[in-house]
Amino acid sequence: MENPYMPYPVRIDDIEIATEDKSLKTFKFVFLNEGDEEKFSYQAGQFAELSIPGVGEIPIGIASSPVEKGFVKFTVFRTGVVTSHLHNMKVGDIMGIRGPLGNWYPWDKLENKNVVIIGGGFAFTTLRSSIIYMLDPENRSKFKNIDVVYGARSPGMLLYREELFEWEKRSDINMHITVDGTDDPNWKYHTGFVPTIVEQNAPKADKDTYAIICGPPIMIKFTQPSLAKLGYKEHQIIMSLENRMKCGIGMCGRCNIGKELVCKDGPVFTLEQINQTPKEY
Amino acid sequence: MKFITIDKKDWTKGIDKSRETYQLFGPVKDKNGCLIKKLDTDVQPDMEYQESVMSAKSVLFPQTEKILNANLNESVEDHHIMKRSLTDYSPRAVLGIRPYDAKAIALVKLNFDTNEFKDPYWCDAYDATVFVGLGITKPGPFDFSTSVGTGPFCEEGLDILLADLDDKYLAKVLTQKGDAYAIACGFDVKADEKESQVLFDILRKEAEKNIVSFVETDKLKEKTVLELHEAPFWDDVAFSCINCGTCTYVCPTCWCFDIQDETKQKQATRFRNWDTCMSPLFTRHATGHNPRGNKIQRVRQRFMHKLKYFLDKYDQGIMCVGCGRCVKSCPVNIDIREVCLTMNTFEKQE
Repeated sequence: MENPYMPYPVRIDDIEIATEDKSLKTFKFVFLNEGDEEKFSYQAGQFAELSIPGVGEIPIGIASSPVEKGFVKFTVFRTGVVTSHLHNMKVGDIMGIRGPLGNWYPWDKLENKNVVIIGGGFAFTTLRSSIIYMLDPENRSKFKNIDVVYGARSPGMLLYREELFEWEKRSDINMHITVDGTDDPNWKYHTGFVPTIVEQNAPKADKDTYAIICGPPIMIKFTQPSLAKLGYKEHQIIMSLENRMKCGIGMCGRCNIGKELVCKDGPVFTLEQINQTPKEY
Repeated sequence: MKFITIDKKDWTKGIDKSRETYQLFGPVKDKNGCLIKKLDTDVQPDMEYQESVMSAKSVLFPQTEKILNANLNESVEDHHIMKRSLTDYSPRAVLGIRPYDAKAIALVKLNFDTNEFKDPYWCDAYDATVFVGLGITKPGPFDFSTSVGTGPFCEEGLDILLADLDDKYLAKVLTQKGDAYAIACGFDVKADEKESQVLFDILRKEAEKNIVSFVETDKLKEKTVLELHEAPFWDDVAFSCINCGTCTYVCPTCWCFDIQDETKQKQATRFRNWDTCMSPLFTRHATGHNPRGNKIQRVRQRFMHKLKYFLDKYDQGIMCVGCGRCVKSCPVNIDIREVCLTMNTFEKQE
């Protein structure tokens, strides 16, 4: 019997400061044991428990993409006991990863569809995973138009900046990068909040267009009317939820919204599904 | 089905014999009342007890339990690599468990033993345990087990069911595990199958007649989650609640838990502890945001989980076995029977 509480041992291979305020770092892990990477086979949208022995565990979305091999990446905001400890760890340190956990964005359903990705702040991790996955030469032809609206407070708070600006230059993805405000006179992208940029730039909905939203609650709340104006129906809006979690496998009982457990039945739900459950997230 | 007669004069000798291969758990009285505890070799189970303060859930799901550990000393080869904590899963028998508590274990199993994931700690303990139940002849005033799919002689979740016949027990052996335990005790006086079953049926009917407390659950299924969740009565239900969590700890079907790490010198241990949905910390995000930040939301969660979410999810009735412990233990007299009635009869006003 596999022990679902047992993390795979990993080594920190690289640590990158992800934002100008240093509150986010991207950790690259490699598996210590041969075969564990295969066992950890995941889909874009899933999460894992980062497990530091003696300190605790945190559920974090997987930022690397299934098409990237040899490592897994997580971008972590420093906020509590475990994340603060992790931010102080060094390359070479040993810890654990438990997962992959939860469901993923509905890649089967999204085939031959237009995909609009909407992200805000540091909730861009599994969206990065998704974009890398869709842009992979093996996969790009499976999807029609790809639009990305991504916003942060300021240019320095955008995650994965280099990749964003690379994608900007490509013709097979429409990037709409925005910041709340900036005093940089050379800023050549959008300025304004995500909901506004969505309304002005995201494609109008038809039956073959789906939106994936991930961001702070306030952004999600105000983006919904924008999408409604563009004609998106509840089943065309796909969201990834967060709740406090411990086990990650649907047993410890805290992350439920109604009878659905965010850790096991989610974290990905359509707005249609969410609207049938109590809003306890 | 096999029936055995056990003369009460042979009972102690028999279970003492079983201690060679089984650890025993059973009801014992102490200053806190009657509890189901591990029995030291010189302690006998109190088979005359009426009600235990706590259920037998802790035999499989201890209040606190080591699950993983690691050595943090960097000079050892496998430092920081977690291993499963060593726990004794040798055979154990729980003696005198109430049938509703055994049914509760069958319900909790739905959570810990799933097609997708198996909780190895709970499942290993479950596999190692034989449940020897004792039929209830004098149900207490809080017992409403018959209206929630169990009852004083319910066999579900048990390996042996005992009926107390004054000078002897009549034992109905329900599973192979139960049979093996009876053999380990040396209990082998076979009773007539037909007669014994007739006797069990009479005892069951007599006991069921003595149940004075009931709930109705028949309409819960047809209500929608949102209808009940948004119903106006939750303020009243939660008004007196002090969020002490007693109801969740005494409940035989409450399984929620927390995971915590502790480090002593260079030894790290990961624990699993009972948790309670009555605590604000249960759901508080790292940002401070809390989806169930006020007590009305938490009280509603407890009853919705037991009486609606569980029912909808598993279609195996409600997550309550009618033991009445939460009713009896609640310091402010919140009564699940009343809440259940309120939910069951609720009609949304258009």
